[in-house]
Amino acid sequence: MADLTADLGFLKLRNPVLTAGGTFGYGTEFDRFLDLSELGGIVVKGLYYGPREGNRPPRLVETAAGLINAIGLQGVGVEAFAAEVLPELRRRETTIWVNVCGSDEYEYLRVIEFLDAQDGLHAYELNISCPNVRQNGLCPALNPRWTFDLVRAAKAKSRRPLVAKLSPNVTNIAEIAKAAEEAGADGISLINTLLALAIDADTRRPKLRNVFGGLSGPAIKPIALRMVYQVASAVKIPVIGMGGIMTGRDAVEFLIAGARAIQVGTANFIDPAAAGRIVREIDEFCDARGIARAADLVGTLIV
Amino acid sequence: MPHIAHAPILRKQRWGDYYLFTFRAPALASEANPGQFAMIRVNETPYPLLRRPISLHAKEGEAIEIFFKVAGEGTSLLARKNEGETLDVLGPLGRGFDLDIPLEGKTAYLIGGGRGIAPLFFLGCELGAKGAFVKVLYGGRTVADLPVRDKFENAGLEIVCSTDDGSSGYRGFVTALLEVEIAGRRPDVLFVCGPDPMMRACAGIAGRHKVPAQISLESIMGCGFGACWGCVHRIRRSGEAKWRRICEDGPVFAAEEIVWDEEL
Repeated sequence: MADLTADLGFLKLRNPVLTAGGTFGYGTEFDRFLDLSELGGIVVKGLYYGPREGNRPPRLVETAAGLINAIGLQGVGVEAFAAEVLPELRRRETTIWVNVCGSDEYEYLRVIEFLDAQDGLHAYELNISCPNVRQNGLCPALNPRWTFDLVRAAKAKSRRPLVAKLSPNVTNIAEIAKAAEEAGADGISLINTLLALAIDADTRRPKLRNVFGGLSGPAIKPIALRMVYQVASAVKIPVIGMGGIMTGRDAVEFLIAGARAIQVGTANFIDPAAAGRIVREIDEFCDARGIARAADLVGTLIV
Repeated sequence: MPHIAHAPILRKQRWGDYYLFTFRAPALASEANPGQFAMIRVNETPYPLLRRPISLHAKEGEAIEIFFKVAGEGTSLLARKNEGETLDVLGPLGRGFDLDIPLEGKTAYLIGGGRGIAPLFFLGCELGAKGAFVKVLYGGRTVADLPVRDKFENAGLEIVCSTDDGSSGYRGFVTALLEVEIAGRRPDVLFVCGPDPMMRACAGIAGRHKVPAQISLESIMGCGFGACWGCVHRIRRSGEAKWRRICEDGPVFAAEEIVWDEEL
């Protein structure tokens, strides 16, 4: 049994495995399949202040080793979350992160202010990178200035650690990560989904009603690894890596690229017990190679 | 409580593009109800990535039957599985047909279009056991689309068929057959599963005749258990229309709740 603890500085995790926002519902949906206390933490589905309708269907399309979604962050809003979900969720012995959304800076800050008044949360993941809520995937994480301004405002408001979730749909990911770091982010998580399009050749129509969506799954893992490596090389704050992680071995690759923790996303849909399995597989990977601490793998890529 | 089972395939039957698999899954079978479904992994590699939602066709002791039509890559791979191989099955999932209604001595019409017949065999057996009079209306384009009609007869369930080309039974849509049957004897409840236009037409007929109807919707699903929010349909409850998850809030909904025109 290796030491799997992950020290993010602002928070110590039982192990480096978190579940990714938007792929794990509000968490309690998975009680039927795994013990949440086996995980380093869970990231709750993105919350705006109020309830949100989401996009019209079709919202999902499967592609080669991947999935394009345009859910549009349908959700209950913070008040219903605090009243109906959180009292139950906070009884789970794991760290609980909320993916924080907003249609403008004011709304992001209202969400943080409201959540700050709730007990039982451990960190916020600032969702500045959802591609499905505006035309052409526009989001704050596409621009270092927008990223800096929003992260700084959110950090000034928040009483909890704040991680900025970045978009891969940029030319220079390290520049965006540095903007978030300079603005005071406690960590960086990446990558959100890749802006994508699927076409039905018979009808000549997009397969999603929203036209564009976000690509996730094993298809994007090499891009995610590259970006995690670039960002981990550029900033001093901890990096949380994600993108197509299906197995413990995939997770280890992200640690080697420089991530101190990882998030499991699309895999939860296929195997609802995936996150717990990945914890065990990381342990087995370490044991088989005499690695005493999983943290010793972090940032060890030999180039 | 859904389970993940590695279920050995006991029997495989085929009629053209239609397949019926019987597999052993005791935990799933002990909890399965009509109208529920399972998410089945069709291969080990990440392409296709997602499980496929397949409705439960019958329950026999510790065995479950599924009946499906090859419609794309996923079902095509599923169809290649053979007896002796195992299926990776997650289920039972979803909220099935509401049988918490008066059924003893009541008349239920079950309307199935094509592969939409799948959940109605399980349902018909259950309704029969609860003392309801069951009549099944089974429609397809042609006689080859009605491969499991004998199964209903063998189970003692009354069945009337329709085909668009008149190759078997009533010539015309199953919805037209429903109009004929309803004029003959007004049922107490309708249960419907099939293509969207057919279900929508059935909902309209049920509304006009003031017969309550339960409709089983279908969708591409990301997860099947309420986490991804990918399989939504417009549903109106207490005057408020919302996108609800077919997998978790359904797949069965009351006809009057379903908003068919998504532009609204």
